[in-house]
Amino acid sequence: MFDEPNKTNPPFSKGSSKYENPDGVKIGLEVHVQLNKLKTKVFCGCTTDYHNDPPNSHVCPVCLGLPGALPVINKKAVEAAIKVGLALNCKVEEHTQFYRKNYYYPDLPKGFQITQYDFPISSQGYVMIEGEDGEHRIGITRAHMEEDPGRLVHEGTIDKSKYTLIDYNRSGMALLEVVSDPDMRSPKEARRYLDKLRNILEYLDVFDGNLEGALRVDANISIMGGQRAEIKNISSHKGAERALLYEIVRQKNVLRRGGVVVLETRHFDEAREITLSMRSKEEAHDYRYFPEPDLVPLKISGWAPAIKETLPELPDARRMRFVEQYGIADDHAKALTSELKLAVFYEEVAKKADPKMAAVWICDVLKGELNYRDLTIDAFRKEHMLSVIELLASKKITEDGAVDIIRTLLDKGGSPEEIVAQKGLVVVEGDIVSTAAEEAIKENPQAVADYKAGKEKALNSLVGAVMKKTKGRADARAAREVLLGKLG
Amino acid sequence: MITKKDLEHMAWLSRLELSGEDTEKYTPKLNSVLDYFGELDKVDTEGVEPTYHVLQLSNVFRDDEPSQPTKPLSQEEALSNAPRKQDGFFKAPRMM
Amino acid sequence: MATINELRERIHAESSEEIVHEYLEKIAESKLNAFITVSGESALARARKIDSEGHEGPLAGIPIAIKDNISTKGIRTTCASKILTGYIPPYDAHVIERLKEAGAIIIGKANMDEFAMGTSTETSFYGATKNPWDIERVPGGSSGGSAAAVAGDDVPLALGSDTGGSVRCPASFCGVVGLKPTYGVISRYGLIAYANSLEQIGPFATSVRDVATLFDVIAGYDARDSTSVKRDVNYSSAMKNDVRGLKIGVPEEYFGEGTDEKVEKAVRDAIHKLEDLGASLKDVKMPHTKYALASYYIIAMSEASSNLARFDGMRYGLRVEDSDWHTTFSQVRAAGFGDEVKRRILLGTYALSAGYHDKYYLKALKVRTLIKQDFERAFKNVDVLITPTMPYPAFRLGEKIGDPLSLYLADVDTVPINLAGVPSISVPCGFSEGLPIGMQIIGKHFDEATILRTAYTFEENTDFHIKQPEGV
Repeated sequence: MFDEPNKTNPPFSKGSSKYENPDGVKIGLEVHVQLNKLKTKVFCGCTTDYHNDPPNSHVCPVCLGLPGALPVINKKAVEAAIKVGLALNCKVEEHTQFYRKNYYYPDLPKGFQITQYDFPISSQGYVMIEGEDGEHRIGITRAHMEEDPGRLVHEGTIDKSKYTLIDYNRSGMALLEVVSDPDMRSPKEARRYLDKLRNILEYLDVFDGNLEGALRVDANISIMGGQRAEIKNISSHKGAERALLYEIVRQKNVLRRGGVVVLETRHFDEAREITLSMRSKEEAHDYRYFPEPDLVPLKISGWAPAIKETLPELPDARRMRFVEQYGIADDHAKALTSELKLAVFYEEVAKKADPKMAAVWICDVLKGELNYRDLTIDAFRKEHMLSVIELLASKKITEDGAVDIIRTLLDKGGSPEEIVAQKGLVVVEGDIVSTAAEEAIKENPQAVADYKAGKEKALNSLVGAVMKKTKGRADARAAREVLLGKLG
Repeated sequence: MITKKDLEHMAWLSRLELSGEDTEKYTPKLNSVLDYFGELDKVDTEGVEPTYHVLQLSNVFRDDEPSQPTKPLSQEEALSNAPRKQDGFFKAPRMM
Repeated sequence: MATINELRERIHAESSEEIVHEYLEKIAESKLNAFITVSGESALARARKIDSEGHEGPLAGIPIAIKDNISTKGIRTTCASKILTGYIPPYDAHVIERLKEAGAIIIGKANMDEFAMGTSTETSFYGATKNPWDIERVPGGSSGGSAAAVAGDDVPLALGSDTGGSVRCPASFCGVVGLKPTYGVISRYGLIAYANSLEQIGPFATSVRDVATLFDVIAGYDARDSTSVKRDVNYSSAMKNDVRGLKIGVPEEYFGEGTDEKVEKAVRDAIHKLEDLGASLKDVKMPHTKYALASYYIIAMSEASSNLARFDGMRYGLRVEDSDWHTTFSQVRAAGFGDEVKRRILLGTYALSAGYHDKYYLKALKVRTLIKQDFERAFKNVDVLITPTMPYPAFRLGEKIGDPLSLYLADVDTVPINLAGVPSISVPCGFSEGLPIGMQIIGKHFDEATILRTAYTFEENTDFHIKQPEGV
């Protein structure tokens, strides 16, 4: 057993108030992660780069389950699985083995799935998430390797379709099934856990979350200590939250009507945002696990310590370092490290500009503008961020001007300098503000009188008048100060 | 002793439709074999490890290189034996 | 009957095309039902190509039959099952690639018990194969088509597969030589699995030398089979007429109750012959032998129940009218598998199922360990073990097929070898009322050379292998 705790794990503070969890919600997730940065599938030489190609165009006798074909383990897949195990603070097994899980399903070409059973490659780890009441620990039961089945396509919905189409391009992709303890207490926590998991996987460079089918979720959920339902076919973080919200309402309704929630598998219909019972006579599963005779055992002592040496800095560690190294707020550090690309973007800007200012403008402004437009950080150039911060730092533009530049860059493109020139956003000189303030006082006697009578708000209309006269190029705070000076 | 009910369950697990006649026919034959298998109860296997693999091989891997060691099939080859197909997909029955 | 060397000379003097044509005619006239598919056209085309272009391979231009559970690109492969109706593999097994490189010509696919589950080649969907020594009798199984074809001179060479005796049993019943190599010596890539942890592909021929030549061609490492072993051996160089100093172990457990007297006598005479030629005999104890059969069948059926799950009619093979997928799968499998296959799937499923896994499957694997240890102990003191291959000569068609257990009991002397993964060869060593008797020579892991040398020496000093069945 390799169980040295992750040294870079930050000491999280406990949340201040205790979350009540009124419905007694318990959620555990089984997340199927495709190790899609590998070049080939887990047991054969077929490419993982199939996403834009016709169905069944990247298959071979092995992943198609043709009679007589045999699997051979992709060494890089094992290394990637160990990486993830270590990043999830798991124990990594030194001796492990693949098993056959025997069951039938049209997407399963061999009538069994090669997976792990006893001695999964890693187990007993955890990740920290932002929970309902502060930092919350989600236990990782196990993370084991297995092969992906094919992809089923239905005409319309699964319950109405008259036939099923099968594409085996996905069959045999290396999967890591990350099974959590039932430690999530709300759909929101489930989503946060998924965000965190995806973030860690991207930091490890084993996974590209943007590819279709990259991350698929089965959710186990119970309320009030009742039986759990297993929800299958969840393919996005948002979907997980929706499916779980629906399921809580469904289970509450069952209880309200005096019924009992039964242990069952339900299918999430993403389009309708509902879960459907998959109950049929096969519910009594018996997977008849036994060691895959076509694969020999893995004796990988020494692998984990060596791989640990090569692990990149993970989100929590980077968050702590950002706080220490750049002196930025923890909230900003957390937001910046929640996505690998964002963290890299920030750090490149912070090296050449005021790091605190960079954190504020990236987290509080740029991120919001990107989210509003449903864009990622890829849509904004770091050189432009540097220019904006330089213009601000040298007081050449106002904060409003900076926001305007960022919006214009996202909507129309160009460069910050061009936008400043085109829109005349250069901050005006002090005497112009002074002249404008004098004019404003002269032209608004009522406001002046109100202010002097103690109505603080009246000052705002005077500031507004100054801004109007300077066409927004004055700094609002500066205008206010000048006005105060002139009003005595 | 395997009962008809056991047999029906095994048939379900292994997706083998058995008629009532089949069940009648198989049950005694399977039981005589199972009786014979019961002979193993006489062997003392206390402390004996199971032999899953007769050779002591471990750590057999392939490199993460395309087409190694198995070469891909063309879509046409992949579908060449499909009893039913449609638009490049294998066609399976309805799910529900 | 012609040997590889004789055929090479004839090919040189005449042509491969003529040889292939001659064998195709024999197959067409044969009463044995040894073939499921005859690939005459492609065989002739290949023969012509070799004739015109020349080929330096050790089997250049020589026809061979392939058991129908070995994947052959472009040639129908059925496992003698209805469920693989119409299946034409898009890829070649490793052994087929090797044979093609060596210049061999695949003349057809040999009959077998359905999915190699049997000891008589009677469970084939394509009808039973007949024993060339007596067409009222079985050829043995499951590679009965391969052995009968060689014994009946339908073909000079054949490949079979041996999970619990499926090469050696028909070799014994048909009076030819058949080898079950050490587990891992021949790649299983392309061998349609019955029981993965037990089986190996094996060669058939009418002489030990030809078996060794064929074995040299098909043995060797293959990166597509994780249980394939890297070894560099030239088996043909083991053809030495010399057993002086060889220590032979004779485990009495293999001569027990149920062994035919004439079989026992023939095998003991053969052992004494080897003693006369300079070998020495030793008694060895193999106390767990009587549990081998149960252990073997539990393991084989358990693995089979999983291996055969892929036959669902979606990607290849038989399909029935569609309803919901559960029903369609169940109906495809009910219509496609024969009774014996169904029984083994059901029993294997039972042996792995919750509540019975430890009692049957795990227990069988522990007993397997004890059997393996019996061999390890024995081989500390001896070089080879010699036993009967089968407890009796070929039985009559239909005689045992109605009683699965009695048929299983016929494998009593062959299954322990697969459990231990050691190599073993069956060579003709006598006759009982006109039916051949086989002697089984068992070796240490990877010591095929010694069993081949022992078999070769026996053959050089006896004439059992020269006798041929009449009228075929």
